[in-house]
Amino acid sequence: MADQDCIIELRGVSKRFDDMLALDGIDLGIRNGEFLTLLGPSGCGKTTILRILSGFEAPTSGEVAIAGRRVNDVPPERRQVNTVFQNYALFPHMTVEANVGFGLRMQGTGRAEAARRVADVLRTVHMDGFAKRRPGRLSGGQQQRVAIARAVVNNPLVLLLDEPFSALDAKLRKAMQLEIKHLQRQLGITFVFVTHDQQEAFAMSDRVVVMNEGRIEQVGTPQEIYENPANLTVARFVGDINILDATIAEKVNGVRYRAVVEGSSMPVETRRDFAPGDEVKVLLRPEDLRVWRAVDDRPEGPFLTGRIEETVYKGATVDIIVRLEGQDGGKTLLAQEYFNEDDQEISYATGETVAVTWVNGWEVVLPDA
Amino acid sequence: MHDGALFRRICILGVAAWLLVFALAPNAGLLVVSFLTRHPEDFVAPGLTLEAYGRLMDPTFAAIFWESVRLAALATLVCLLAGYPFAYGIARASRRWRPWLLLLVVVPFWTNSLIRTYAVILILKSRGVLSNLLEALGLTSGPVSLLYTDTAMFIGFTYTLLPFMVLPLFAAIEKLDRNLLDAARDLGAGSLRAFWNVTLPLTMPGILAGSMLVFLPALGMFYIPELLGGGKSMLLGNFIKNQMLLARDWPLGAAASTVLTVALAVMIVLWRLATLRARQDEDDDILTEGAP
Ligand SMILES: Nc1ncnc2c1ncn2[C@@H]1O[C@H](COP(=O)(O)OP(=O)(O)OP(=O)(O)O)[C@@H](O)[C@H]1O
Ligand SMILES: [Mg+2]
Repeated sequence: MADQDCIIELRGVSKRFDDMLALDGIDLGIRNGEFLTLLGPSGCGKTTILRILSGFEAPTSGEVAIAGRRVNDVPPERRQVNTVFQNYALFPHMTVEANVGFGLRMQGTGRAEAARRVADVLRTVHMDGFAKRRPGRLSGGQQQRVAIARAVVNNPLVLLLDEPFSALDAKLRKAMQLEIKHLQRQLGITFVFVTHDQQEAFAMSDRVVVMNEGRIEQVGTPQEIYENPANLTVARFVGDINILDATIAEKVNGVRYRAVVEGSSMPVETRRDFAPGDEVKVLLRPEDLRVWRAVDDRPEGPFLTGRIEETVYKGATVDIIVRLEGQDGGKTLLAQEYFNEDDQEISYATGETVAVTWVNGWEVVLPDA
Repeated sequence: MHDGALFRRICILGVAAWLLVFALAPNAGLLVVSFLTRHPEDFVAPGLTLEAYGRLMDPTFAAIFWESVRLAALATLVCLLAGYPFAYGIARASRRWRPWLLLLVVVPFWTNSLIRTYAVILILKSRGVLSNLLEALGLTSGPVSLLYTDTAMFIGFTYTLLPFMVLPLFAAIEKLDRNLLDAARDLGAGSLRAFWNVTLPLTMPGILAGSMLVFLPALGMFYIPELLGGGKSMLLGNFIKNQMLLARDWPLGAAASTVLTVALAVMIVLWRLATLRARQDEDDDILTEGAP
């Protein structure tokens, strides 16, 4: 939080609507030039954070600083922050050009300079051929570009984007993701992006803020969050994950433990400190699991035993659903393997007995909360 | 599908028949009468003539016409200035209150407007409600009367016609996407400039519709100038009424009526053209758009 190059700082920001706590003690530093994404389920407070940054809501308590200056009481029109609204909010009675030039006109930028900057930014977003059109006669993707142009033409310190792709179809969405990411690199403006789509967040961001119920669960690079979720909420929210019940049996050395995982004794690694007898969860991504034919290529070392419940071909990968042996029917695991055309043996028969292992050290061990 | 088409045809026929019988036919009758000759007992006598229109070509009638337009325009302006904040308030009130506030706007319609005009007399006359109130508050010494003044007439027009202004304005303001105002402020417009650049242009259809709905009746309404203005200034509505009922000069009344109708029709056409043009117009340059 004490980063020197933080363009925005939130310190203990809470927001209460009537009797509802929408934000609960948010501490967050946004670095200059980064692409930061707020990720979380619906209603977790993402939009509220953006509205506090843009000045449309005032925090109930806590401090907001932009470029080192406290801005709690600065109204939206006097903040050097611009927003791309969820439904674009383009002015329907103005041309594309007039929409994009609106901010400059409000700032009293000179005619010639404004015209030049508008033309420049329209070229950047590939909308230079549409300057005289009205927004009503543009496609969703084109409106999106105009909305972005209208915001960035003002050279904001920070650009806020609230689920800007939610109205676009899947294909256009993918294309716009790349385009916006490139635009951000090109302009060097700090972007704060909101989405509840984890893949979108990971594909675009330098850092991701995972939120839940008005609190920040974890801040980190997409890789850190995916591979090292801070808690079960984050783990469950970002992608498919297998959560195994385990009990620590003994500490072997340093980071190595031996644990009873779903009834089998397995080695696990973790930097966290546990004592024998501690109940823990072992988290494994589907692609980290290995499935072995128990009969012919049994793995060396310990493994979990189960039966194939289903295999689902997904083009490049195969999803394998394994039901572990266990007194109460056993837990099902999802494993993902790359489809290998040379290996005809990959198809498992339903009900076939298999062994399941994982690469040592790829598991995440969390206290059982 | 077929039933639907049939139903639609019946509805359209019904509306057409209604308009034919109750709107088009009387107006056509009036048009015919305006070309007939005056007759002291039977009101009109056969024999086509432009005589009635000839008699309208007269500075007195022109003065009446322009005075009526001026008063109606002023009344429209007063209604607009009073109605806009009013409609804005209702449109921005919480969802729970809105229907009740709208009901309050409409409630006066439940009473005949002539009767309501007499009620206004009771308020404005000497030793009336207003007079007594002002005296009790010590703001005036002795009774005052606003009755038979232009002010009284404007009060009457505004009171009677305000709902016609408020309802279309409300519809336009309520439809306005609030995100657009947020966007304007986000781009650096203070609330005043956001109003001027976004709210006002986007509610212009409501402003025009409301103005038409106030201006047109104000031109023809004859009892308000008569009852509240004391009939001091002769207006179009009074003129027509007098020709029809007092002077028994039906062709002249009908001719005046026809002139009024044509003038209104021309205005409606101009208004339609203006709104159509506004929609097609490509404003050429951001910077030539008027800034406040
Ligand atoms: N103006 C308001 N008045 C009352 N409650 C509000 C208001 N704005 C937001 N809330 C509440 O605050 C919580 C957080 O809302 P917010 O809009 O920030 O969620 P979000 O993360 O953006 O969700 P979504 O993904 O659905 O957009 C929600 O429970 C919401 O109902
Ligand atoms: Mg939201």
